[in-house]
Amino acid sequence: MFAMYCLGIESTAHTFGVSVVTDEGKILSDVRDVYASKPGTGIHPREAADHHSEVAAKVVSSALREGGISGGQLDGVAVALGPGLGPCLRVGATVARAVASCFRKPFIPVNHAIGHIEIGTLTTGARDPLVVLVSGGHTAILAFSGDKWRVFGETEDITLGNLYDMFAREIDLPSPAGPQIEKLASKSTNFVPLPYVVKGNDVSYSGLLTASLAKLRSGASLADVCYSMQEVSCSMLTEAVERSLAYTRKKEVLLTGGVAANSTLQKKLSEMVLLHDAIPKVVAHPYTGDCGAQIAWAGMLALQAGETAEIANSRVRPRWRLEDVRIPWRSSAS
Amino acid sequence: MSESPGEAALPKLIYRGAEAEIYLEDWYGEPAVRKSRIPKPYRVPELDSAIRRTRTLHETNLMHEARRVGIPVPVIQHLDPEESSFIMEYVKGPTLKDELYAISPEIRRRRCTDLGRVVATMHEEGLVHGDLTISNVLSNNGKLFLIDFGLGDFSNELEDRGVDLLLLNRAMKSTHVKFHEQIFAAFLGGYGMVVGRKRKAEILNKVREIERRGRYSERKA
Repeated sequence: MFAMYCLGIESTAHTFGVSVVTDEGKILSDVRDVYASKPGTGIHPREAADHHSEVAAKVVSSALREGGISGGQLDGVAVALGPGLGPCLRVGATVARAVASCFRKPFIPVNHAIGHIEIGTLTTGARDPLVVLVSGGHTAILAFSGDKWRVFGETEDITLGNLYDMFAREIDLPSPAGPQIEKLASKSTNFVPLPYVVKGNDVSYSGLLTASLAKLRSGASLADVCYSMQEVSCSMLTEAVERSLAYTRKKEVLLTGGVAANSTLQKKLSEMVLLHDAIPKVVAHPYTGDCGAQIAWAGMLALQAGETAEIANSRVRPRWRLEDVRIPWRSSAS
Repeated sequence: MSESPGEAALPKLIYRGAEAEIYLEDWYGEPAVRKSRIPKPYRVPELDSAIRRTRTLHETNLMHEARRVGIPVPVIQHLDPEESSFIMEYVKGPTLKDELYAISPEIRRRRCTDLGRVVATMHEEGLVHGDLTISNVLSNNGKLFLIDFGLGDFSNELEDRGVDLLLLNRAMKSTHVKFHEQIFAAFLGGYGMVVGRKRKAEILNKVREIERRGRYSERKA
C-alpha cells in the first residue's frame, strides 16, 4: 500500500502554517510563521495578511522539504477557508489554489474549527467526546449527532481567548496573551471578587473583562487580577461543561484549541470530568494553537470522504459556522 | 419526587443534578425535600461558597415571590445560606410528564390549559422559570406545582418568556410525540386566557425568532 499525502494550509488569523500528513494520521511536517502584533494592539488584519504573503512561499517549501515529499506526490491540497479574518484567509486560499492547480491536485476546503476538533481526536485517540473548543475565535461545547457537530453551550458574547487578549491589549501586553496572563496569575493566590456568569450551558465573559479592568484601575495588583480573572473564567467554563456532560453523559471530554494550553483550565476541567467518571483528554501540545497540521488532517479526512471543491467555488468564508459543516467521515455513536 | 416517602431510611437521595442534590427528609415528623448545592472542587473556596450562597438565596427569593403572587410552588420551610441548602414542602404527585401518559385526552387538555394559566400569571408577575419542562411540573391531584427555579429570574423581557415557552414545547415534543400538538395548543389556550390575544401573538413570534437563531436547538429536551 502506498500512503496518501495531504498538504494543509492555515492562515485564519496570526499564524501562517503549512503541514503534510499521511492517511494514517502521521504528521510529517508542521511549519509555522506567526505574525507578532505590537504590544497594546491586537491583530491588524491587513498587516497580518502582508506578513502571510511574505512568508508563504518559504513556509510551503519548508513543509514539503521537511515532509520529504514533492508537490507531485500530494493527493490533495487543503486550506482553511474560514472562519477567520478576510484578508488573512485570502492569502491562504490563494496559495492553496496555486499549489492545487500547479500540481493538478484536488482542492479541499476545511473549516478551521473542525480542524481543531480533528487534530484533538487524532492526537488523543478520543472516539466520541464532548468537545470543549477554546480559542481566540471560539468558546463552545460540542457533541456529534446525526452528521454534524451540535453546539450544547457557548459564549453569549466574547470568547475566552478574546477575554485574555482584550485584557492584555489594555495593559500593553502582546497578543496572544494567554501564556503571559497565566504567568502573572501564578504569582498570586489572592482572590478578588469578579462577576461569574453562567446561564444554563452558556457563559458570558464581557462583564468579567470590564470588571477586571476596573479592578486594576482602582488599584488592585496586576497579579491578583490575572489570578482572579483566570480562576473565574475557567471555573465558569468548567461549570457549563459539567452541565453539558451531565446531560449528554459522554464518556470522554476533549479540550482543544489555542486556550487548551492553559494549565488552570486543564486542571479544573479534568478534576470535574473525573468526578463524572469520564476521561479528560487534551490536544497534544504543539497542536493546541493554530497550525497547518489541523487543516492537513481534517483535509485528509474530507478528501477520503470525497469532500473536495472546484477552485471556482473556493471563496473564503470569514463567518463559516462549524455546525453548518456536514461530517461524512464520522458516525454518530448515539 | 413522585414516589411516596415509604418506610425507607431518611434522608434519602432522590435526585442528583450537575449542581445540586435533592434529598427526601423527615422534617419534624413530616416528609420534606432538601435541595443542597454541592461544593465544586474546581472553584476556589471563597468563589464557590459565594456562588452557592447567592444562587440558593436567589432561588428561594423567586419561589417566595412566586407564592406571594399566587403561583403554586412548594412552601419553603427552612433556609440555610451557610450550607447553601433549603428545605421545602414535599409535594406528593407525579410529574406532569408522567401523568400525561396516564390520563384521558380531555383531562390531558385541561391540565395543559391550567399550566398555561399558571405560566402566564408567572410571566405577568415578572418571573421567568428558565428551565420550564413538564418534568419540572408536579401534579398533586390535578393541582399543578412548579419546581426547580434554579435557572429562574426576575424578568419582564419577552426574550426570557419566549425561552420558557420554547423549552416547554421541546419537552412536550420529545416525550409526548403522539399528542404533542394538542397539549401545546391547550397550553397556549390557557396562556392566552391570561395575557390576551395580542400578547400571545407577540410571544409566539418571539419563540419563532429564537428558534430560527438556532441557539436552543438540540439542547435540553
